Amino acid sequence: MIRNYDKLIFELSKEGRSGYSLPKNEYAAEHCICGLPAALKRETGPELPEVTEFDVVRHYTNLSNKNFGVDTGFYPLGSCTMKYNPRINEEIAAMPAFAALHPDAPAEAAQGALEVYYNLAASLAEISGLAAFTLNPYAGAHGELTGLMIMRSYHLQRGDAKRTKVIVSDSAHGTNPASAAVCGLEIVEVKSKADGTVDVEDLKPLLDDTVAGIMMTNPNTLGIFETDIPEIARLVHECGGLLYYDGANLNAVLGKCRPGDMGFDIMHINLHKTFSTPHGGGGPGDGPVGVRAGLEALLPNPQVKRDERGMFYIDTDDKSAGYVSGFLGNFAVLLSAYTYILTLGRENVKLVGPLAVLNANYVKESLKDEYYLPIDGVCKHEFVFDGLADKSTGVTTLDIAKRLLDYGYHAPTIYFPQLFHQSIMIEPTETESKETLDEFIKVMKLVAKEAVETPDVVKNAPYNTPVRRLDETTAARFPKTTYRQLRV
Amino acid sequence: MKYFPHTQQDIEQMLSVAGLRSMDDLFAEIPQQLLFNREFDLPEAMSEVEIRKFFDTLGKKNSQLVCFAGAGVEDHYAPSVIAPVISRGEFLTAYTPYQPEISQGTLQYIFEYQSMICELTGMDVTNASMYDGTTATAEAMMMCVSIAKKRRKVLLSETVNPKVRRVVETYARYQGVTVERIAEKEGVTDIADLEAKLAGDDVAGVILAQPNFYGIVEDYSGVADMCHARKALMVMNAKPSALAVLKSPAEWGADIACGDAQSLGIPMCYGGPYVGYLACTNANVRKLPGRIVGATTDVDGKRAFVLTLQAREQHIRREKANSNICSNQSLMALFVTMYMSVMGKKGLEEACSLSYSGAHYLAEQLAATGKCSLAFDKPFFNEFVVRTAVPAEKVLEALRADGILGGVRIADDMLLVCVTEQRTKAEIDRFVEIVRNI
Repeated sequence: MIRNYDKLIFELSKEGRSGYSLPKNEYAAEHCICGLPAALKRETGPELPEVTEFDVVRHYTNLSNKNFGVDTGFYPLGSCTMKYNPRINEEIAAMPAFAALHPDAPAEAAQGALEVYYNLAASLAEISGLAAFTLNPYAGAHGELTGLMIMRSYHLQRGDAKRTKVIVSDSAHGTNPASAAVCGLEIVEVKSKADGTVDVEDLKPLLDDTVAGIMMTNPNTLGIFETDIPEIARLVHECGGLLYYDGANLNAVLGKCRPGDMGFDIMHINLHKTFSTPHGGGGPGDGPVGVRAGLEALLPNPQVKRDERGMFYIDTDDKSAGYVSGFLGNFAVLLSAYTYILTLGRENVKLVGPLAVLNANYVKESLKDEYYLPIDGVCKHEFVFDGLADKSTGVTTLDIAKRLLDYGYHAPTIYFPQLFHQSIMIEPTETESKETLDEFIKVMKLVAKEAVETPDVVKNAPYNTPVRRLDETTAARFPKTTYRQLRV
Repeated sequence: MKYFPHTQQDIEQMLSVAGLRSMDDLFAEIPQQLLFNREFDLPEAMSEVEIRKFFDTLGKKNSQLVCFAGAGVEDHYAPSVIAPVISRGEFLTAYTPYQPEISQGTLQYIFEYQSMICELTGMDVTNASMYDGTTATAEAMMMCVSIAKKRRKVLLSETVNPKVRRVVETYARYQGVTVERIAEKEGVTDIADLEAKLAGDDVAGVILAQPNFYGIVEDYSGVADMCHARKALMVMNAKPSALAVLKSPAEWGADIACGDAQSLGIPMCYGGPYVGYLACTNANVRKLPGRIVGATTDVDGKRAFVLTLQAREQHIRREKANSNICSNQSLMALFVTMYMSVMGKKGLEEACSLSYSGAHYLAEQLAATGKCSLAFDKPFFNEFVVRTAVPAEKVLEALRADGILGGVRIADDMLLVCVTEQRTKAEIDRFVEIVRNI
């Protein structure tokens, strides 16, 4: 019944209905908006729905029932770290003492907020082994861009303008090369070895005095730790470049080893992955950027500092790489992440990585007979299957993903990394219990069995979802992206 | 630890399945010198009771002030129904709708969001949202350069919010794009200066604001033709809440509309999260960055929604993508979609009307005190600049002493003051009284 709800909010509209209440306008006629020159006003109003408050509540509640979240069930989406999002985080983030604070309030009226920013930045620095953090970037990709701006500014301020190349692994997330391009850098791809790790021999000839730096994820997108990292760091530093750490996979090593100690100079963290802030259907997140000692001044403006009396203030630095945000990041998200760190405390932060890695290895070992595991051995927080072990069924990774939806699971990340044709990337995270994983393993085995015995059942999945497979081709060929276009 | 479900027995069984003896074996390949072996310099774990007290103490270090500050962020009314619904786990804890069959909730509200943003701006198409108004405007700048192909210059009016300008300028600098300022004259864009700067036929786009940073509603008659005659695109950074009443970017002839939708009821939250919007005409849709949701059908013919036109995006195009943006500001897009649904056209107009009246009443009363005067003689919306007889900082201090955030100081003797539908006449009268007594 609820799953079949198929109305758009516009289709509930009825002229004369309304859902709002506002105070009476008790101002004199000379202050009326009717005094605004007609040439500045629109001729026809926007066609927004006319609905009651109750209509709105029921409509969006019904829509929520057609959605799947971490709260709904297991969400093993590789590289996205879909861990439990504690509610206390959101309660703190919504506290009126912070939520009602204008970002241009003077520092003396915002000491609590600035202290949160300052202390969260310091906590992230300690956890990642770097000297200082900005929390201004709004997301992971935004953090990458910010980090690369810092990298470029570092070279330019040394008077070295020829370093315009950034080395990116061919297995890197798509955002890496895209961020480099937006930052005006040229991309050079370094080959990865069969296990997805950077090929040091392929890297060496790329290193010259035009290299600004290298972007890496460690562990990489295959969940493999780059054990050559000390050597890579030495080589890149010797050639005058900097190392950028994409924090997408930080959860794997949280508490076990730190990017700063691996030799990285700049990194970003996805607070919505590693530090449990909710993904919100695609955002908001936050993408803090950290730097090693010596690069602090280059962090984006504005910067939060503390004076000798212990008062916090907002500062700008002429050496800064620039401005990347309106204010101090997605502040409510910062509150949420800080709450999580304080809840875990020093004794539990260090257990996150190990338990996440344990869960990943448990699932991997339990399924590697049914699914083809191209890279065997101990993985970190995630791992990649290349489709079914039995290649004769004609059942693809997409089919498997869709069949999992029928069984009440979100699908893993599919067709990424592109190193394999049928990638299935699984990241369980540390907050899932053995029982949950056992159930998932059982279902994965069942789907593998179905692929052999009744392949058509898998190929036509899903059946039990609010809608079934979609016609994406028509959507792209004849785009209808608004209600107005839909009615034509 | 309440977030970790592992019992000792679980750990042992799981290690055994993985063929390992100890937790350390999970990290055996990592070079010894990289392992972190000391305690973190962090506080010990706190219980929920302690967490609440901790943040309560911090919260008390912020001052709760009656807000007359704007400058891009305004204290608007948020209907009570929004917070509980967007907090539903199905919305809050979902990720990008990669699996559309189980993400119709997210996909449909984004479709509704896109529809409403297009209604407000009059544009044909918009994406699923951007981080905020500053980055959305920077992306608009990038769109202009990308569409113009060979032109690497953008004009940016000095009446655009400086916080927006500095982000646009930062992005431009790294891409080798020149940003030239169009002068401000008496609080509005100097059209003669704009015309002169377009004359070189090397401008990719022109970025303007509505209402502008000073709260003034600018008259952009003829500007679109002026830009288009020189093959430059016209970009308008517009405040969505005001667009219920003001001529839309499309009506002014803009090619791209962008800005921050915080004014659609989003709490100020010391700077975020908000939601940026970016919309354009059909002609430029292939250059629009970010996610876009489109309508389609499923195999049974049911109406459904899906991410579309993905060939523009980073996960497919890598360094050739329109932008590096990967996510959107989905939950905040849901926030403003619910806001626009609850308020409807009439509610938005009424909120505009209240804000407008309050602002004009306050401006008149402040001028009557003799302690300040209106800086510009131009039509304004719900925000205005006053020139103060005493230093603006003194005015702000006097107001703050009485629990009022009196605005944003934009020069030593200039104050930018904003009124929303949340400000009562009594609050406005108190503001005036304090200023009178300075």
